[in-house]
Amino acid sequence: MFRNQYDTDVTTWSPTGRLFQVEYAMEAVKQGSAAIGLRSRSHVVLACVNKAQSELSSHQRKIFKVDDHIGVAIAGLTADGRVLSRYMRSESINHSFTYESPLSVGRLVVRLADKAQVCTQRSWKRPYGVGLLVGGLDESGAHLYYNCPSGNYFEYQAFAIGSRSQAAKTYLERRYESFQESSREDLIKDAIMAIRETLQGETLKSSLCTVSVLGVEEPFHFLDQESIQKVIDTFEKVPEEEEDAGEGEAEPEAALVAAGTGEQGGSGDQDVAPMEM
Amino acid sequence: MTFTIPIENGDAGKVAEAESQRTLYPYVTGTSIVAIKYKDGVLMASDMGGSYGSTLRYKNIERMKAIGKHSLLGASGEISDFQEILRYLDELTLNDNMWDDGNSLGPKEIHNYLTRVMYNRRNKFNPLWNTLVLGGVKNGKSYLGMVSMIGVSFEDDHVATGFGNHLARPILRDEWHADLSFEDGVKLLEKCMRVLLYRDRSAINKLQIAKITEEGVTVSQPYSLKTFWEYSSFHNPTASAEGSW
Repeated sequence: MFRNQYDTDVTTWSPTGRLFQVEYAMEAVKQGSAAIGLRSRSHVVLACVNKAQSELSSHQRKIFKVDDHIGVAIAGLTADGRVLSRYMRSESINHSFTYESPLSVGRLVVRLADKAQVCTQRSWKRPYGVGLLVGGLDESGAHLYYNCPSGNYFEYQAFAIGSRSQAAKTYLERRYESFQESSREDLIKDAIMAIRETLQGETLKSSLCTVSVLGVEEPFHFLDQESIQKVIDTFEKVPEEEEDAGEGEAEPEAALVAAGTGEQGGSGDQDVAPMEM
Repeated sequence: MTFTIPIENGDAGKVAEAESQRTLYPYVTGTSIVAIKYKDGVLMASDMGGSYGSTLRYKNIERMKAIGKHSLLGASGEISDFQEILRYLDELTLNDNMWDDGNSLGPKEIHNYLTRVMYNRRNKFNPLWNTLVLGGVKNGKSYLGMVSMIGVSFEDDHVATGFGNHLARPILRDEWHADLSFEDGVKLLEKCMRVLLYRDRSAINKLQIAKITEEGVTVSQPYSLKTFWEYSSFHNPTASAEGSW
């Protein structure tokens, strides 16, 4: 599928009508650690798995506040994600300044998509290697969009991107019909449970995930570790406590977690490239 | 390879041209606008005169226009600048419509956009010589605001421009109250316009009243007010001030 003579340039078509560079950029998104978004009529929740380069370092920030009413979660090249978040903040604040009114999410997303498209049609540029889950609230309600490096964007009730996101997507597909009318608390719980799916076996702890919420009369903000842990405790019966060792069992679990984050990576690559989170 | 640096008066010429392109004085002007919030939205009144200095040259100028679905703009001051502003807003509303996404610019957004435009022009010493009144209704909420030529902007329940500030607002302060009916609102505006007609020399007896509600904008046909000139103080106006005229 890869490594052919039409994939050197983003401005070269393949005979089958594909732009391979753009598709490779979308691969980069799949390598990043998972990010999940869900929405109801009145709220949007964005959650992500915290991944650290090593035990010594802190984890990468993957969720950004764009404005009181818009947040974005990224997966892929975090540097590209940071730059695009800055662009979104800039657009949002400029609109607020001129019109004293919050920028509607749909319009922000189109501008973002057009920006990404430019990079697919210039020989001296490369596509952004980051997928963005943009969640926001405006006059027409709560919205969740996914912007991909190709310049396409789609609106979703719920979505997951990044590595092992398929597990989360399966979970969300089973439950998405209930999301529109969900309460805020149920939505948060569903987001955390979806995150758990991507961890595939590792114990879910509040230190492993970041969760953010925005809604009607609730500006974008992050949930603190305590609140997240409380939600986790409602459904996660900690299995090791049922075994003999109790405390003793917790340590090997922690070691497993550290090893687990180290080897997270996507299809076939041995190591995760340092720039991708 | 040699080249000469051209010595020209070119730049001086351009600067002089730039000078004459700034607005220095207004030429064709409209007089007051008076507007109030009422039960279903906003009512605005203006006359149809355009003065060329002290000459009442144009008597069919519409100084109130609908903007988009939700707003009504009235202007006093330089008529050509008002037309320029209408062009800006036309472009703005056109682009807004082209998004075709269910969102639309409401009166608050347009008011703030105009504030930015007016203030930025003032900063460049090239003002749009208008005082604008922006009224509208969106999602059940009425909005009424004003922007001056130097970018001063605010919202209120009743506003007036030009002479209206001095002659109409005292009446409105006394007699305006929330939830006026349409008939009472029109009566109140006519009272203000009549005073302006008597006392503002640039006013003419041909006015329009515009109403904006959730349904949209309607601008009435022009009509005139009944006036009474037989007040005793009009018979000998200088009785208490000998020598004046």
